[in-house]
Amino acid sequence: MEKLLTIRELKHLATEIRKDTLRSITAAGSGHPGGSLSAADVMTALYFRTASLSSPIDPNRDRIFWSKGHIAPLLYTLLAYKGFFPKEELMTLRKLGSRLQGHPRKGSPPGVETSGGSLGQGLSIAVGAAYAARYDKLPVRAYCLTGDGELQEGQIWEALMAGAHFKLDNLCAIIDNNGLQIDGKCSEVMGIDDVAAKLRAFNWHVISIDGNDMEQCVNALDEAKTVKGQPTAIVAHTIKGKGVSFMENVVGWHGKAPSQDELAQAIRELDAQECE
Amino acid sequence: MATAHKDVCGTLEGKATRYGYSDGLLILGRTDPRVFVLDADLAKSTTTDRFQKEFPDRFIDCGIAEADMVDIAGGLSLMGKVPFTSTYGTFMVDRALDQIRVTVAYGELNVKIVGAHGGISVGPDGATHQALEDLGTMRMLPHMIVINPCDVNEARKATLAVAAMQGPAFIRLGREAVPILTDDATPFEIGKGITFEDGDDVTIAATGYMVYEALLAHEELAREGIHARVLNIHTIKPIDRELLLKAARETGAVVTAEEHQVMGGFGSAVAEVLVQDCPVPIEFVGIKDRFGESGTPDELLTAFGCRYTDIEAAVHRLLKRKE
Repeated sequence: MEKLLTIRELKHLATEIRKDTLRSITAAGSGHPGGSLSAADVMTALYFRTASLSSPIDPNRDRIFWSKGHIAPLLYTLLAYKGFFPKEELMTLRKLGSRLQGHPRKGSPPGVETSGGSLGQGLSIAVGAAYAARYDKLPVRAYCLTGDGELQEGQIWEALMAGAHFKLDNLCAIIDNNGLQIDGKCSEVMGIDDVAAKLRAFNWHVISIDGNDMEQCVNALDEAKTVKGQPTAIVAHTIKGKGVSFMENVVGWHGKAPSQDELAQAIRELDAQECE
Repeated sequence: MATAHKDVCGTLEGKATRYGYSDGLLILGRTDPRVFVLDADLAKSTTTDRFQKEFPDRFIDCGIAEADMVDIAGGLSLMGKVPFTSTYGTFMVDRALDQIRVTVAYGELNVKIVGAHGGISVGPDGATHQALEDLGTMRMLPHMIVINPCDVNEARKATLAVAAMQGPAFIRLGREAVPILTDDATPFEIGKGITFEDGDDVTIAATGYMVYEALLAHEELAREGIHARVLNIHTIKPIDRELLLKAARETGAVVTAEEHQVMGGFGSAVAEVLVQDCPVPIEFVGIKDRFGESGTPDELLTAFGCRYTDIEAAVHRLLKRKE
């Protein structure tokens, strides 16, 4: 049995993952740092503590679907840290011939469960996977990461209906609720609040947390495993650009690569937080 | 629509291709435990309710949510299932195109997409429910196989064939009973067209229901001493280049016939092959860049130029061009 990583170890890991995510985006010259940083803690907790994921080809692995495909740089860094492909390859992000496409392509690299980038699709895929796992009586859980802006897509609500209708308690949605989207604040572009109340009204078990607090992330993911008869949604309240002062809560860092100087500054800040 | 015409192939007992689909599903249900069937509140219409009754555990009604249905099928396929998604072609292809493109085709998932109520012969429901662009839209997607069966038996065989292959595929079905042109002995292989009638004066390459109209045209033309070759091209992608090129070389002229927009559809697919490697004169029978409307299937086929008489007229034009 593998030893569970402690909260302290997970926090350290999340910082390293943030740094390599930013390095790959900087090398690419484009990409999406804001959402990658906001979701880094909860997804580190999922990949390195909660999910059963020893190999990308294990038929009984938990399935993690990234509906917000634009934060592919975080996905790739997590998979590299899982050891599913070499870390050096992170620097090929978005380059011609690379397995690391700007938005995820199924199986490229190993561990990418589905293609995505056109928003709104991932939760339906997770519903299908959870349905099949239950049918086959497999111990497989299906997770889906979505953004909060992404909740504006109608298909998400179709999938929310289906997940609850089919009573898929092996299904867990994680909403990276950072409050921002490309055109501005979600509340100003197309208001989606109250997210938790809406999810409850759709018959989901809802857990609201500070999604940048590692302990809360771990506890919420553990709680989701115990829920019976309905799917769980974790509303992770996060800060877009979390960990880098000049990126935090700045809409402009949704889809822009840092310069070399900005990268150096970001890494200095992340290292400093490590020492705190 | 079958009753309007003389019997060319042994039977006027028509049956809709959608029943061939559920015939195939029932066989698959009994032989392949991986097969799941999904519908979007049209199970009685697509006839998947026949599968639902026998295999309720492997039938998922997704409600009126086609996009959700396609991606649920994607999730099922990622767990090793072979899902068939079913609804009217308009909703299947047009409503869920993004899901079909990004999740299914780009991901090369083993999802089978079935669009019922293809063509103008859908009848009184009108333009919103008559799929006239489905074949063209689907054939543009990389990795997608596109099949348009001519009768109930071919629809059954197509259903079995796509289950036996790995990867995405689209099958078009029709609403109305159509004549039965093939039997159990007729070969069916994805990507291989079938020569239904030999002839050296002109080729009629037809797909779906229009194969029947092509056979009627063949008979009428024979009275005038014109020997038309009739090809049943059930697979639009990958298209049978070899058979088409051989026919073009040997007959020197080709008419295409489809119950679909000519623009981007079957006629375009045939023309893409011929203009490159054997540029003989071509005429296109099919829908000419317009939406459908309400009417009886027979009235509509006539009003929209999808009759054997339209094929005959096209042949006459072609023979003049050949001179």
